[in-house]
Amino acid sequence: MRVALFVTCLVDFFRPTIGFAAVKLLEEAGCTLEVPRAQTCCGQPAYNSGDRADAKAIAVQVLDGFEGYDHVVVPSGSCAGMIRVHYPELFADDPAVLPRAERFAPRIWELVSFLVDICGMQTVDARWDHRVTYHDACSGLRELGVKDQPRRLLASVGGLTLKELPGAEICCGFGGTFCVKYPDISDKMVSDKEAEIVGSGAEAVLAGDLGCLLNIAGKLHRHGRRIEVRHIAEVLAGMTEEVPPIGLPR
Amino acid sequence: MLATSRAFEANARAGLANDNLQRALALMRTGFPQRRRLAVERLPEFEVLREIAKSIKDHTLEHLDFYLELFEENVLASGGQVHWARSPDEACAAVLAICRSVDARIVTKGKSMIAEEVGLNERLEKNGITTVETDLGEYIIQLRHEPPSHLIAPAIHLMKEQVAETFRAEHLALDPERSLAEARQLCDEARAVLRPRFLAADVGITGANFLVASTGSSIIVTNEGNGDLTQTLPRVHIVMTSLEKLVPTLEDATTLLRLLARSATGQEFSSYTTVSTGPRRPGDLDGPEQYHVVLLDNGRSALLGGEFQDMLRCIRCSACMNHCPVYAAVGGHAYGWVYSGPMGAVLTPSLIGVAEAGHLPNASTFCGQCESVCPVKIPLPKMMRHWREREFAEKLNPPVYRAGLSLWAWVAKRPALYHALVELASRALGWLGRGRGRFRTLPLANGWTAVRDLPAPEGRSFHSLWAERRNGGTVK
Amino acid sequence: MSEAREQILAGIRRSLKRGRLDAARETELRDRVAAHRRNLVPARAAALDDPGRVDLFVEMAEGVQATVARVNSPAAVPEAVARYLAAENLPADLVLAPDLSLDDILWDARPLLRTRRGRAEAGDTVSLTRCFVAIAETGTLMLISGAETPTTLNFLPDTHIVLVYADQVVATYEDGWDRLRTDGGMPRAINFITGPSRTGDIEQRIELGAHGPRRLHIILVDDRQKATDGESK
Repeated sequence: MRVALFVTCLVDFFRPTIGFAAVKLLEEAGCTLEVPRAQTCCGQPAYNSGDRADAKAIAVQVLDGFEGYDHVVVPSGSCAGMIRVHYPELFADDPAVLPRAERFAPRIWELVSFLVDICGMQTVDARWDHRVTYHDACSGLRELGVKDQPRRLLASVGGLTLKELPGAEICCGFGGTFCVKYPDISDKMVSDKEAEIVGSGAEAVLAGDLGCLLNIAGKLHRHGRRIEVRHIAEVLAGMTEEVPPIGLPR
Repeated sequence: MLATSRAFEANARAGLANDNLQRALALMRTGFPQRRRLAVERLPEFEVLREIAKSIKDHTLEHLDFYLELFEENVLASGGQVHWARSPDEACAAVLAICRSVDARIVTKGKSMIAEEVGLNERLEKNGITTVETDLGEYIIQLRHEPPSHLIAPAIHLMKEQVAETFRAEHLALDPERSLAEARQLCDEARAVLRPRFLAADVGITGANFLVASTGSSIIVTNEGNGDLTQTLPRVHIVMTSLEKLVPTLEDATTLLRLLARSATGQEFSSYTTVSTGPRRPGDLDGPEQYHVVLLDNGRSALLGGEFQDMLRCIRCSACMNHCPVYAAVGGHAYGWVYSGPMGAVLTPSLIGVAEAGHLPNASTFCGQCESVCPVKIPLPKMMRHWREREFAEKLNPPVYRAGLSLWAWVAKRPALYHALVELASRALGWLGRGRGRFRTLPLANGWTAVRDLPAPEGRSFHSLWAERRNGGTVK
Repeated sequence: MSEAREQILAGIRRSLKRGRLDAARETELRDRVAAHRRNLVPARAAALDDPGRVDLFVEMAEGVQATVARVNSPAAVPEAVARYLAAENLPADLVLAPDLSLDDILWDARPLLRTRRGRAEAGDTVSLTRCFVAIAETGTLMLISGAETPTTLNFLPDTHIVLVYADQVVATYEDGWDRLRTDGGMPRAINFITGPSRTGDIEQRIELGAHGPRRLHIILVDDRQKATDGESK
């Protein structure tokens, strides 16, 4: 299986370890992995701002760089959802590109769902003695159906116990530019999420989207909460020693 | 109704700071979604019915002219009258004319969002006609001179102490010694005060959840019984409604009714679902002598055939706002007009213009909860995005924002440059933040750091590290 | 007014990018309407046999705070009514629907029950009506207006008693529509009543008896069943 990694702009800039964790997991699952150089972003910021022209230009760049692969894997439900669900919509009025987008869509995957649903991964070898809770990032959940897969793999991590959040599926308030355009509302949403995480008694919170994680970590640390925030890939790949939790120094 | 949607940001801030509202919203957040979920679990066919309901509405909208004519035909055949209104002004004028024709002094009202939209109460009051809201929530906000804050629970923003306060201030016959501490007592007080108004009304005005073309019927879905007392006791019944409420047959209405109460309150069926067809029949002992339907357009016909047509499927259940984290944070008044939550974010700009209401479709994370619970599968985030596209095309966004987006997109289309800049920036920011691992403040990032810390980047970009490992040969 | 009508219809056609539908298409649509096909009907009630349907109706009705008493025969009805009113501490004063089928009930068997026939008036506290059908799917009563069935009886009094015969219990709303169509044209009002009046408008707390009846009591006459009203308790 020729698999390409779509790194995402946030992982590239903020936390490459997530990308390397994805590489490790995919190679362990038997994939031959490549990372095409000509990738920057999936175009969602432009798309959600109503700038279809720029969104299309960036999307074509993605298609150019990735459509030759059997599968393209993304450590983010948000970006994977953009490509899988929204590229066909973006090119609905463009008969030249639409077929490419439609052909490409079923081959793009969020990381954890790819590992479980396509590679058939049932367990991981990692160990992490932590009481953990999990935030279901909106796009992954509602656009791509990512729900059971992370839980299945987390259940196999040695020493890890999972406490569910009652509002696991409620938006954390990141929403791309929303969090800076409407900071008061975003603050309320992330505060509610924070309260639930703290109330769960968990030592760590995980999710599959770095945007959510930056938002949640930022809020927890603003209030001095000693709760580790990590991307699930870091835990599944056993790479928690390689990098401190999000928002904490080395 | 006068719109304050332009002031959404200020409205939202006021909502966030309003303790009573926040307590009320906390009740809503746990109440409605939980009840809906239970109701959906009890009906295995729910998902299939959503798809059928969507296709019933789509079919009707595609043939709306036909079904409207058929509806009118059948209303007339059963002895009713139809008044077509292009605008709020025409709708109000029609109602006023009917009221005048019977010398109406008092009008009772069941809940009608169309009446809110056209400012009916104000128009009637200006012409010397007393309007009495009878839905408990609408009655309370009428006393408080507030607009509704929710599609089906207009006073949802209030705690019971506030309601008690209002009754004490407005109910002059109320004995100060009587306790109004509990919801039970407030309901009983409202019941007692409103009963004589029901009996005194000359005209009763209701809305309609559905209009049935095959029989010329209107359908209201209520729990209190006020809609029925409103339409049965007075001499005249006026249905204030809009074009898109139409469905072809009683069976079609039934399918939608199976979804409505479950989506709204989690009930299997509302306490009272009433199908009205024309005035009283010869020999009837009760019922109105006249039955009028005021059919409002006010921009709906213009939405057909365009990118917002799906919005016309809406059956006004409120599931979207009940599940919306933005609504749950700021409440319905923040939206500044009749319709709030996700459906308000889509509908309001189409009815009052995107210049006035542009904030509404922007104040969303596109979490998608609304779309996932909409009984007729309206793609609400997609339509909010269409509004954003219109705004972008019309250059309504703040110039700084547009410039930033433009610049970022320009760079993103040039991977080599992008990678170089990202590496540079992550090194710089990673170095700056190495001490604490995060920033309390950062120039240009005030929108973020005002309320949360910004985690520092690791200090190298993935792509530069990947290139190194490829070239340097260090196997991971 | 008709200018508005023409403009609205024209606006609709303009938006849909077509003119008026042609005669063939209109006939198709009229036929579709006349056929009034059922859409998917949930299996919940439809799959049950008669006794099962009746039991489901009772279960669903009680689930929405209606009370249900089962009696064996029409002869037991006055007794059941009197007992209910006494238990609820209500005056033994009823307004009954003019409904001719209520003539069969021997109200004189309980002379302390004062009854009046007609529509409801402001002071009435208890009404008693029949219904058209009772829908098992959600415990819903379908009542239709008419010369013998004034709708004020369903809404004005504080307590509404509905007399249902077991053979009136149907599975679904669609069954109700089918029966109604064989009955003649549409009545002025069809009331689907599912439990007593209620509101959740104050702090989401459900309170019964907002404007309509506080109590909905169903007396189910079912000669196949052992009576539940007042027995063995």
